[in-house]
Amino acid sequence: MSSLSDLTSPNSPLYQKRKGVYPKAVDGFYRRLKWAIMIVTLAIYYVTPWLRWDRGPYAPNQAVLVDLAHRRFYMFAIEIWPHEFYYVAGMLVMAGIGLFLVTSAVGRAWCGYACPQTVWTDLFQHVERWIDGDRNAQIRLANAPWTAAKTTRRAAKYAIWLLIAIATGGAWIFYFADAPTLLREFVHGDAPSVAYATVGVLTATTFIFGGFMREQVCIYMCPWPRIQTAMLDEKSLIVTYKDWRGEPRTQGLKKAATTDASFDGKLGDCIDCDQCVSVCPTGIDIREGPQIGCITCALCIDACDKVMDQIGRPRGLIDYATLEDAVIEKAGGTAPPVLKTLLRPRTIIYFTIWASIGAAMLFTLGQRTRLDVSAQHDRNPAFVQLSDGEVRNNYTVKIRNMETRPRVVTLAIAGVPGAVAWDEAGSRATAASTMRVRVPADSVTKVRLFVAAPGAGPQRTPLTISATYEATGAGRSEADSVVANFERAKPIEEEEE
Amino acid sequence: MAKNKRIDAPTGTSTVGHEWDGIEELDTPLPRWWLLIFYACIVFAVVYVFLFPAIPLANGATRGFLGWSSHGQFESEMAAAAARRAPIAKALADIPIESLPANPQLMAAAIEGGRAAFKVHCVQCHGSGAAGSKGYPNLNDDDWLWGGDLATIQTTLTHGIRNPDHDETRISAMPVFGEILNPAEIDSLVAYVRTISGQQKPDAASARGAVLFAANCVVCHGAQGQGGRTVGAPKLTDSIWLYGGDAATLRRTITYSRGGVMPRWNSRLDPVTIKMLAAYVYSLGGGEAAPQVAATVAAPVSPAAPGGAPAAAPADAATATPNVQP
Repeated sequence: MSSLSDLTSPNSPLYQKRKGVYPKAVDGFYRRLKWAIMIVTLAIYYVTPWLRWDRGPYAPNQAVLVDLAHRRFYMFAIEIWPHEFYYVAGMLVMAGIGLFLVTSAVGRAWCGYACPQTVWTDLFQHVERWIDGDRNAQIRLANAPWTAAKTTRRAAKYAIWLLIAIATGGAWIFYFADAPTLLREFVHGDAPSVAYATVGVLTATTFIFGGFMREQVCIYMCPWPRIQTAMLDEKSLIVTYKDWRGEPRTQGLKKAATTDASFDGKLGDCIDCDQCVSVCPTGIDIREGPQIGCITCALCIDACDKVMDQIGRPRGLIDYATLEDAVIEKAGGTAPPVLKTLLRPRTIIYFTIWASIGAAMLFTLGQRTRLDVSAQHDRNPAFVQLSDGEVRNNYTVKIRNMETRPRVVTLAIAGVPGAVAWDEAGSRATAASTMRVRVPADSVTKVRLFVAAPGAGPQRTPLTISATYEATGAGRSEADSVVANFERAKPIEEEEE
Repeated sequence: MAKNKRIDAPTGTSTVGHEWDGIEELDTPLPRWWLLIFYACIVFAVVYVFLFPAIPLANGATRGFLGWSSHGQFESEMAAAAARRAPIAKALADIPIESLPANPQLMAAAIEGGRAAFKVHCVQCHGSGAAGSKGYPNLNDDDWLWGGDLATIQTTLTHGIRNPDHDETRISAMPVFGEILNPAEIDSLVAYVRTISGQQKPDAASARGAVLFAANCVVCHGAQGQGGRTVGAPKLTDSIWLYGGDAATLRRTITYSRGGVMPRWNSRLDPVTIKMLAAYVYSLGGGEAAPQVAATVAAPVSPAAPGGAPAAAPADAATATPNVQP
């Protein structure tokens, strides 16, 4: 296929080494916005599992808890059962449509500000600057031989990264169990092995993705940039280098002031200082136009504005602008105000859908009952002939008490004339059309229901099985019912043999 | 082909040198980390081949240095499952079967274990829903030939019915009345049996049958045809027929006799499995309370039950069960 020289030839390398990215520190509006978002998102992530929420003696008191073992999801006052998973599905649909909304309005804002990969990479880069110094010092150190000083710095940097990584992986597990208990078990070595494995894996991924993979995760591994790029349109705000203003570039102020005939007096504002490239966390040059490597973190806007201030030019050579704005401004016009760009049919439709789903979920959340009954009719046999001529049908009835306190509900049957019911604890002698069932807090109780009725009757009769809770003190009265079939033998001719 | 390689101007990347209908492909180099992971996968595969069964040979595959096999894993998992069940099996072995309903957790475990064993050993005759078929009793109903309380079911399961090679088996034989009575007399008996089971109105034939019944059948089936459990004689007045309650089937039954056989299970199953099967059959809906006589007999037999005085059992059942009858 190819010879060894092919593999090593500089013209067709088999692989490409990662080009080091050493983003320079920068200050400005967007940098401060990123600081604020980083603090808020990290605080939410680390603090949430430690919030408490009193649910009484029968349910955990952790505000946000994904209890996989017992298949419950607690979020403050809301408790989700597995059969109510559509609320989670609804939240995912909202997240998806929210992504459409944000992307069509402000481009890849998720990538630039809120994505965990961005936030943790940003955090790791701050640590890097703190240990190694800013961009130039980092480059010098990267190229320096492995002296004791370099080794020390590297060890210190990796140690801090590792601590952050452990804290990151460690925080995750607290969403799935009682946080204080799990922390105590974890420290004493008594936690379940899956907890240690999870922390190990997340520590490793945080350390590697935040410390070394960084922008390569966005460029090579992540599907988001592809999806988001496809959702952008000509009215989405993206980080734009205004080439019509910046070009032709000049090499510094002095040269810009010269009256070089070739420029014909039309000198661009870009002085080719490369500050926008230096601060870029993904190492791209925004002046090459919109590209997949741009996560729209807007740090180049901060860097360029500072330079524009220094050379006395108006800010915004690099700025958030839409492709449509670019065309208008290039032609010498004035772009419409940002608010007008944001409020357009596409974003309004997305917002309406998003808000409708949210409102519908809130409505159903307020309406849902916390008592549920379901019944499964035995199919084999569908009915049993009893010796006195009556017919018995068996059902497996499940009563869900979704409140976090025990309740006694009345189980009743209706719809089949002369029918009586009993359960495993009872007998046909004590059968009646209703029975009291004690359902423990926040659990499902299975009742084996035997229903006997006179043998003469239609082959199939609807049987309504209902569970009713009459509120005596706290709580509200609730009822739920389900319709099952009561079956009898098909009336047949006298059997032959 | 390599000759046709050229540098693509907009990207500055070399092409692979092929061209399909004007479409060319860029030879974009892989990221180094991707290539390293690829090599790591190759190394993993080689190591795996040595450690685990991998290369198929004429008789099985290479063993692998770790000695792992799917059969070995299956056996260890089965052993682990048996070890996990051991305490329940022990408790089931110790408890007298009459005390089982007083212990809902153990009863539930026994029913589930019995359900699984039933699917293996019993469905061939009694059907997967235990509904039986002609000649094989329906275990869901409230009609029992030999008795439907837990201890009786356990005895029936243990020793079988009409088992030729077993002394303790339940045994009884219905005479072949075709050799004793003439066809007209048998027809009269059929008419009588259909009358007492409410299938036809009394007439002259049934009146003749009543006399014959009193002379020939009451020893086993009882004076009113109510059946006799000591000999497994069916109740003839109810709606349930093992072979059929129509005239033709009854005539055949009386003329040629019937005698179903059930294997004894103590030769194939351990006592705990038989106990679980009894609990399962009992739970199907027709289970009967232990008869009073049996209860007083059982009381001295069960001092081994830990704290389970049979007298206290019904009270326990009432408090431990979640369901309260009105």
